[in-house]
Amino acid sequence: MATETGIGASVKRKEDARFITGAGRYTDDVGQHGQTYAVFARSPYARARLNGLDTSAALATDGVVAVFTGADLQASEVGDLPCGWMVKSKDGSDMVQPPHPPLAVSSVNYVGEPYAVVIGETLEAAKNGAEALDPDFEEQDAVVDLATAAEADQIHESVPNNQCYDWELGDKAATDAAFAQAHHVASIDIVNNRLIPNAIEPRAALGEYDEASGTYTLHTTSQNPHLERLVLAAFVNIAPEARLRVISPDVGGGFGSKIFVYAEETAVIWAAGQLRRPVKWRAERSESFLADAHGRDHVTHAELALAEDGRFLGLRVKNKANMGAYLSTFASSVPTYLYGTLMAGQYKTPAIYVEVQSLFTNTAPVDAYRGAGRPEATYVVERLVETAAREMGIDPAELRRRNFIQPADFPYETPVALTYDTGDYEASLDRALDHADYSGFQARREASEQGGKKRGIGFSCYIEACGLAPSQVAISLGAGVGLFEVGEVRVDVTGSVTVVTGSHSHGQSHETTFAQIISDKLGVPFENVTVLHGDTGRSDYALGTYGSRSLAVGGSAIIKATDKIIAKGKKIAAHMLEAKEDQVEFEDGSFNVADSNQSLTFGEVAFAAYVPANYPLEELEPGLSEKAFYDPPNFTYPAGAHICEVEVDPDTGVVTIEKFVAVDDFGHVINPMIVEGQVHGGLAQGIGQALLEHGVYDDTGQLLSGSYMDYTMPRADDLPSFTVDTTVTPCTHNPLGVKGCGEAGAIGSTAAVMNAVTDALGVKDVPMPATSETVWRALRNGGNG
Amino acid sequence: MEQSGEYRIAGPRMRVWEALNDPAVLVRCIDGCRSMTPVGDDRFEAVVAARVGPVKATFNAAIALCDVEPPERYRLEVQVKGGVAGFAKGTALVELEEVTTEETLLKYQITGGIGGKLAQIGSRLVESAARKLTASFFERFAVDFAA
Repeated sequence: MATETGIGASVKRKEDARFITGAGRYTDDVGQHGQTYAVFARSPYARARLNGLDTSAALATDGVVAVFTGADLQASEVGDLPCGWMVKSKDGSDMVQPPHPPLAVSSVNYVGEPYAVVIGETLEAAKNGAEALDPDFEEQDAVVDLATAAEADQIHESVPNNQCYDWELGDKAATDAAFAQAHHVASIDIVNNRLIPNAIEPRAALGEYDEASGTYTLHTTSQNPHLERLVLAAFVNIAPEARLRVISPDVGGGFGSKIFVYAEETAVIWAAGQLRRPVKWRAERSESFLADAHGRDHVTHAELALAEDGRFLGLRVKNKANMGAYLSTFASSVPTYLYGTLMAGQYKTPAIYVEVQSLFTNTAPVDAYRGAGRPEATYVVERLVETAAREMGIDPAELRRRNFIQPADFPYETPVALTYDTGDYEASLDRALDHADYSGFQARREASEQGGKKRGIGFSCYIEACGLAPSQVAISLGAGVGLFEVGEVRVDVTGSVTVVTGSHSHGQSHETTFAQIISDKLGVPFENVTVLHGDTGRSDYALGTYGSRSLAVGGSAIIKATDKIIAKGKKIAAHMLEAKEDQVEFEDGSFNVADSNQSLTFGEVAFAAYVPANYPLEELEPGLSEKAFYDPPNFTYPAGAHICEVEVDPDTGVVTIEKFVAVDDFGHVINPMIVEGQVHGGLAQGIGQALLEHGVYDDTGQLLSGSYMDYTMPRADDLPSFTVDTTVTPCTHNPLGVKGCGEAGAIGSTAAVMNAVTDALGVKDVPMPATSETVWRALRNGGNG
Repeated sequence: MEQSGEYRIAGPRMRVWEALNDPAVLVRCIDGCRSMTPVGDDRFEAVVAARVGPVKATFNAAIALCDVEPPERYRLEVQVKGGVAGFAKGTALVELEEVTTEETLLKYQITGGIGGKLAQIGSRLVESAARKLTASFFERFAVDFAA
């Protein structure tokens, strides 16, 4: 039904009024009577033995309620923080997972690692208490450099060579054979710079224990409250799931960093049980920099073998991935199953071999960050393809075109374990070339040169795999959880609708998008649909929000539940209209009997379901509320073409993005405005990685870019007005034909920017971020900033 | 972090040496120094309030004098704990040369490092803060010595 609020309409967001007026309700807005405040004491050393910890002065501090140390948690049998994906090494052995106590017990392994929590009547008292702690640290040499971490001091007793795993994917022999046939081999050595997530709302937690019921309630900034509950129940041993409720109210951004189960909320919910009082914690921005899981951080060598005509013959990737000091919740999966599997890109490369060695260092844990593995993979493939095009003197757009998987090839099985269902890569590239006025580039470059500037253009034809699936395949590859989603459609007595979804919205606008779907499918006014999420007390067990899955997986569950509503509604309508069930059709919000003028509105049927006067109670339960679980049969494969044009001032090294075109294929689009917003945000983050953002540790493991003085977030004036467009090949295996749009901007854009910068400079590589200083130096020494 | 420099001080070397070893003099000359307590042979504990950029904290410093060769040189080993503000550590090699019987040349070489919040927030500021602290020490020392 095409309406102003249905599928395909750019409906203004339901969420905006409360966010714009400051009426959002975030974890830190929730307060409870008798609430106490937690402050974490964090290691100032990257690596040290904790030989002792004198808490007496802290305990004697005015207003301090309690001090808990790692030893206290251990004595109370609080479990370690687990990693949820078991990756196996080449030799078949399990990855090595060092113990990860929520609070350090006898050693600390990164700056910012918490080793005690001080709880006070006020925040100030807790801070004063933390100040009074007297730890006895014995500093040790830190392992910081990823490239040499395998040869450095051993950080964890149980982890030889600091290696988590040495993983491979693809056919090594076939790939080596392809390289033996190559007319040309292009190779690159690149670093994917460490990023710090910087959600606008810092992480927070409020733990409560209700003595009457023995029930715990945790409000926290989680993208997936059920996962949080599962880990706290099954691994940390707080309480069985039935006595532990996790609520994620409004959450201000996550980008992956709020998927994970962290030390802080673990300590807070446990402490609430110990003290029988609510305990509140909210990160300060400095803590977010130190102790939110960081993103990316790879060092990679990659080679592409080509035939004389530019056909790709083989791809070899050797990658080192930084895990940080401990394994965060999904850290192991990011550089493997979300990275190696994407190395085919949009191309028919017949042989691919990927090796990934994941290593521990004395830095903050690294895990999924917007795109999670797929930006890193795209960066490898698209930088390499552009390099090959330059080296072989083939137009980079043309080289891609020659190697694209064609529409007729779908479903296409890649050599790295995925089967793409659909796509039309040339359509996206052609559209992007038009928007970019590619044919006019040479003239623009000459004009720039006349003005003493350098101009470059760069491409990135990315693919991503979203809506991680199916559960059985993922579990067979080491995932510790299923990957389905739950949706519940509760039709109210008077015909309004409440949707309960396991997907969590922290910027994605589910309250609007899901309401549009329901409004469209059931013919219920958009404003009469309310979407509830983020509460284990409200929805069944679900997996939450990550990997651009909410619409493709969560939305599909809602569609399945809606189908059940319609099916039941038809039964009710058939009874009321004295027709056969198969004669009843549902369209535009009414149940109609075919070839007659008899019909009932959706509201009338709903009312009859709850006030069952004229109702087949002997055959049909009353009520109109349905629930469905949806387990996707495959990933979805959003793909697109990003083109970036930059101008570089050789005197200052300043890079200006003159134009950025993103043409994405997300399948069907529910709300174009929201999709465009998601793309804009992703582009800002991808461009931020290319030009501005960098998490930097010094050689003793101190975080140097630990505040906004030193960590540069993209601002409006760093970015051009984006040209965003879409092409559509509907996903073939979910009911909405949707693919997911949350990460695409961050996945595709980084390589496009760096291809443009290197094109402008005429060098093979410039390290990211291409700050003015780096570019200025690169201009003077021919690359390598 | 490394710093070095030299100052000319109007006074005989032995007197300069004595002043440099006098906790009362040091308390007066170190900006923000609240106390300097001897805790054994050639060991002191000092409490210093300092500000590095946005980080303002009271630091407890453990100071040890090593390789003492009166009145020519000593090495100061300083360990500073700033609680939640982090830590600093450093070594200062101080040498006194007799220019004339009434003038002494003081040379110093400092190496050091910082950690925790000090490094996170203040790394770009700490070098200039340290320079300022050092300059202010020797200025005050010269004035104090002349008084």
